Amino acid sequence: MMHRFANPTRFMRVANVILPWTAGLTLLFLAAGLYQALFASPADYQQGETVRIMYIHVPAAYMAMMIYASMAVASATSLIWKHPLADMIARASAPIGAVFTFLCLLSGSLWGQPMWGTWWVWDARLTSVLILFFLYLGYIALLNAFDDPARGAKPAAILALVGAVNLPIIKFSVDWWNTLHQPASLAKMDGPAIDPSMLWPLIFMAVGFTLFYISVGILRLRGEIAGARIRNLRLGMTHG
Amino acid sequence: MMRIFRHLMMRDLRLALRQGSDVAMVVSFFVITVTLFPLGVGPEPNVLARIAAGVVWVTALLAVMLSLERMFQSDYEDGSVDLLLLTPAPLELVVLAKITAHWLLTGFPLIVTAPVLAALMNMPSEGYAVLIATMALATPTLSLIGAVGAALTLGARRGGVLISLLVLPLYIPVLIFAVAAVDAAITDLSTRPHMLILGAMLAAALPLAPWAAAAALRHGLR
Repeated sequence: MMHRFANPTRFMRVANVILPWTAGLTLLFLAAGLYQALFASPADYQQGETVRIMYIHVPAAYMAMMIYASMAVASATSLIWKHPLADMIARASAPIGAVFTFLCLLSGSLWGQPMWGTWWVWDARLTSVLILFFLYLGYIALLNAFDDPARGAKPAAILALVGAVNLPIIKFSVDWWNTLHQPASLAKMDGPAIDPSMLWPLIFMAVGFTLFYISVGILRLRGEIAGARIRNLRLGMTHG
Repeated sequence: MMRIFRHLMMRDLRLALRQGSDVAMVVSFFVITVTLFPLGVGPEPNVLARIAAGVVWVTALLAVMLSLERMFQSDYEDGSVDLLLLTPAPLELVVLAKITAHWLLTGFPLIVTAPVLAALMNMPSEGYAVLIATMALATPTLSLIGAVGAALTLGARRGGVLISLLVLPLYIPVLIFAVAAVDAAITDLSTRPHMLILGAMLAAALPLAPWAAAAALRHGLR
């Protein structure tokens, strides 16, 4: 399975079939999720209408970590098996992950102002997510730091793996330290501690964001593969 | 094996000491940058005492970071790094020797200078011992993590700026716990949990960092 799709052409043939579906489903889920989040779901008894920021903030935070995790897995795959597509997947994911991390920080800041009375506090959860954002920026910078574009791939993969130590720190920061940020209420052993009327829009938004990542990821992969092909053609022309 | 390790380390030390300015540069950067803070924040003793631990640690971090670039750069430029790859010892050991030399040339002078600067910053006397202890425990971690950054950026454009972008996020945990330990000592709390975490970071970085740096070097020189 893994080696079957190591061929970029074969992979793209499948991906191009999937793309319209994921793009359509993205729109569907985001529309349904946003409608439920903004109109159908109830306001919080304590937080009032500001609770609706959660429907962007929580899925964005989940995406920030999920995309970094998939980048780390793809980097490990490319380092161990020299899988040519894994490299491109990690490379295509990085800017998307960086934007979701920024969105998470931004929405959290906008939520913090009315709820905590401050835009930013230096507690463990916020600081570790900020570090995640810096790691994304460092990864992208390292990728583009070499004159030969293929040369940056391996150092960047090593960096992605080293930076993966940050993921458990983010996840458990709310348990290990006393933070202003609330502890986990979704991914708990005894089921989510949140009312179904708020849980469903959250799930819709998270699925919508994931599908968005897959769709944009395929588009970016297409660009990466075309770019590599153009470079090879140019090289062939100068040699031939 | 140990002979190769010792020879490589002595070679780096001898090169740096013969040239002379390396250690002096790191220490004078450390001193001058700390001196800027009383001038910028104002010479209020209470304010300085409050920020002393943080200022000394942040500046030490920057001093280590500035010295990282030359860890592999000069060997890369004169080609001796190719010979290092050909040594019969594993590359991880070679990297560890260079890291040890780097620590002796930057971390160690910083530890010696830190108490003097802490006095300049009016740090309460309870903090001194812990400041030195955190420096001794955590500066090796800085050299280890820094080696990964230095190896990754070898041959990159604007390598120096890139190193800071890669390495500083990874330095943040060290900074947090080191400063927390010193602050705990000043306010009469237990420093043990912070010191244990600093020790854990060193224990994790000691095997992993040379391995990652060696992998990066091997790729960078192909």
